[in-house]
Amino acid sequence: MNKIKSVSDLKRWKKDIIERQKQVKTTVSVCGGTGCHAYGCKKVRDQFAKAIKKNKMVNKIRLRFTGCRGLCERGPIVTIQPQGIFYQRVQEKDVPLILSETVKKGKLLDHLLYDDSVTKRKVTSEKKIPFYKAQNRLILGNNGLIEPTEIEDYIGIGGYNALSKALLEMKPEQIIDEVKASGLRGRGGAGFPTGKKWEDCRKAAGDMKYIICNCDEGDPGAYMDRSLLEGNPHSVLEGMIMGAYAIGGTHGYIYVRHEYPLACKNAETAIKQARKAGLLGKNILGSGFSFDVEIAKGGGAFVCGESTALIASIEGRVGEPRSKQIHLVEQGLLGKPTNLNNVETWANIPLIINKGSKWFSSIGTEKSKGTKIFSLVGKVKNTGLVEVPMGITLKEIIFDIGGGQQDGKKIKAVQTGGPSGGCIPASLFDLAVDFDSLTKVGSMMGSGGMIVMDEGTCMVDVAKYFVHFLQEESCGKCLPCREGLKRMGEILDSITEGKADEESLALLEELAEVVADTSLCGLGKTAPNPVLSALRYFRPEFEAHIHQKRCPAAVCTPLIQYSISENDCIGCGACAKVCPTQAIKGEKKQSHFILAEVCSKCGSCIDVCKASAVMVQ
Amino acid sequence: MNFEQVGKIIDKHQEKRTALISILHEIQDRYNHLPEKALRKVASRLKMDLNDVYGVATFYKSFSLIPKGKHSVTVCLGTACHVRGGPKILKELKKQLNIEPGQTTPDKEFSLNAVNCLGVCAIGPVMFVDGKFYGEMNPVKAKRVIEKINKNKRKNGVKS
Repeated sequence: MNKIKSVSDLKRWKKDIIERQKQVKTTVSVCGGTGCHAYGCKKVRDQFAKAIKKNKMVNKIRLRFTGCRGLCERGPIVTIQPQGIFYQRVQEKDVPLILSETVKKGKLLDHLLYDDSVTKRKVTSEKKIPFYKAQNRLILGNNGLIEPTEIEDYIGIGGYNALSKALLEMKPEQIIDEVKASGLRGRGGAGFPTGKKWEDCRKAAGDMKYIICNCDEGDPGAYMDRSLLEGNPHSVLEGMIMGAYAIGGTHGYIYVRHEYPLACKNAETAIKQARKAGLLGKNILGSGFSFDVEIAKGGGAFVCGESTALIASIEGRVGEPRSKQIHLVEQGLLGKPTNLNNVETWANIPLIINKGSKWFSSIGTEKSKGTKIFSLVGKVKNTGLVEVPMGITLKEIIFDIGGGQQDGKKIKAVQTGGPSGGCIPASLFDLAVDFDSLTKVGSMMGSGGMIVMDEGTCMVDVAKYFVHFLQEESCGKCLPCREGLKRMGEILDSITEGKADEESLALLEELAEVVADTSLCGLGKTAPNPVLSALRYFRPEFEAHIHQKRCPAAVCTPLIQYSISENDCIGCGACAKVCPTQAIKGEKKQSHFILAEVCSKCGSCIDVCKASAVMVQ
Repeated sequence: MNFEQVGKIIDKHQEKRTALISILHEIQDRYNHLPEKALRKVASRLKMDLNDVYGVATFYKSFSLIPKGKHSVTVCLGTACHVRGGPKILKELKKQLNIEPGQTTPDKEFSLNAVNCLGVCAIGPVMFVDGKFYGEMNPVKAKRVIEKINKNKRKNGVKS
């Protein structure tokens, strides 16, 4: 790879890459996303590499280890191009068959195809799978076309084309105008207009300006930023370089959670490759513009997703937020003007510059433009990452894409916005999703976690979960958040233990208001949202815990009891075998029973009982 | 303990204060915890007050001032894992290892951690043991993972 010094160099490079890629007929892509990793995709990939070498097919097949493909629940996923064949749940033993049958003879392997439970038909390609059909994968779609550690793959699909256009054909102000006109809003959660932020930072006085990419994706239940930075790091980098040029940025940081080692590694590789190619560093593409980026690692503190705490963390300090009276765009990292955007926001920039603001703003709703990636998880059939146009309804996401309920229990709510958001009840599933509509119903967009909850989920328990989460993650700097959340947690504990009285709900609401009104940063200000939204839509569940000492979802252990129905038990003994506390007794082929004083209420028995004889009340 | 590596790690990051967290991560990766002498060395080379370095080392959850066990067992308690039964997995592991999250077994074999999200939400509940993800867990499967490590240990012990 030679250093790229001009636009014509870049064009020539791209042409070379495409020519070379054309010579290899077949591409086998193995998904290397985290979900697929847990299902053993690394072994599948290694097996392919070994078999391809053994069969002397190295010149005929290109093996790609890609980033996340989205349908994590069906991993490991393997696709074969140019035919567009989509195989799921692929195991090591399937590899020789795929090569000998599908690649050589073009025959499909039935047992690896996706089974559409509605039409009862086998589906051969990605486009026809209902999970993908309703999506618009503008950003995430590229994950399947490239190997994240190969810059040539990214160049081959038109990567850094937007950068050359921006640096050599556009003035910084024009780029800002374009981003403003696109209507792009920050994907980190708050939805601040990106172009406006850039404009303010450009106007701020100072010769040293910092550009930061926030990949401290701390919201539990959200992993889209991880999958983007792992799967397509150059797209984030390209966005950052253009942002730096528009704003007048001189140095950049990508702040990555320490819990995401692969994201750190792939981003680091991308930075090195871009430097070597002359796309980062001095005089990029001969434009005279210079900019460089480095990685900063997090240390496992949720609060560092907050911009001022994040900056304190890069500065080598304790991650405590500060007041935002002076904006970061004026005085941020090391006291210099700083522009901070989220991973997904940066990844949108190349699209906007390539295709134009008019095209971009044609997607979405009046005030929320483009697409949004959500992590659709929890009690839903098809779990994974979905990218949809803004304005799509919750119903379409959860039922058309997600396939609806998972195991026979009715879906009752979806939680969005992480610990700052709230639960939206099923009665509001016709809601068109955008920044403003979610806020209106008491939740928020957040970074894009969508956790589906069914009748087996206790809303009091969920509210308690978030309060304890935030209490633990509160930096402790200001009192309402530090102490208020602790007291709120105690009240919720007492409700789920059946010890709360009539007044506890009123006290809980009063405390929630105080915490929201008097905390310094976003963490504390939004911390009561999960509790308030649960009270707003699921108050009867709270009341059942308090008045009847009953948990309707049968989750809160102090309020539930396991038993075996004498009439239904077939005496197979499966429950006794799995019981971790040996609390189940009974003779073979005789009805079994549970010793209440030994039972740890883990629920293992209910999972294995084929006769549905285990009851929980 | 030999602290030569600490100096090399600091050199690599050019004594930059903005690299403090990365430096501490690398020290912890090398020594399995943050030894006091290493923190003193970091403070003096980065021209920082030892109090501030200690503050950072104790504020961020990734760091530990005491040595961690040979096997690291991490349970995810993110929302997606929570609604699918993550707390039950933690309860079982606490029982199996007889320690609380954040603690290490007296024989220094296992460290148990509970974290707020590992970002593998689609296949929850998830646990992460010695660099490997285990998805769709239940208490029985979790127990088996620990049993397998113990079994291998005994097997290897006989061999050697």
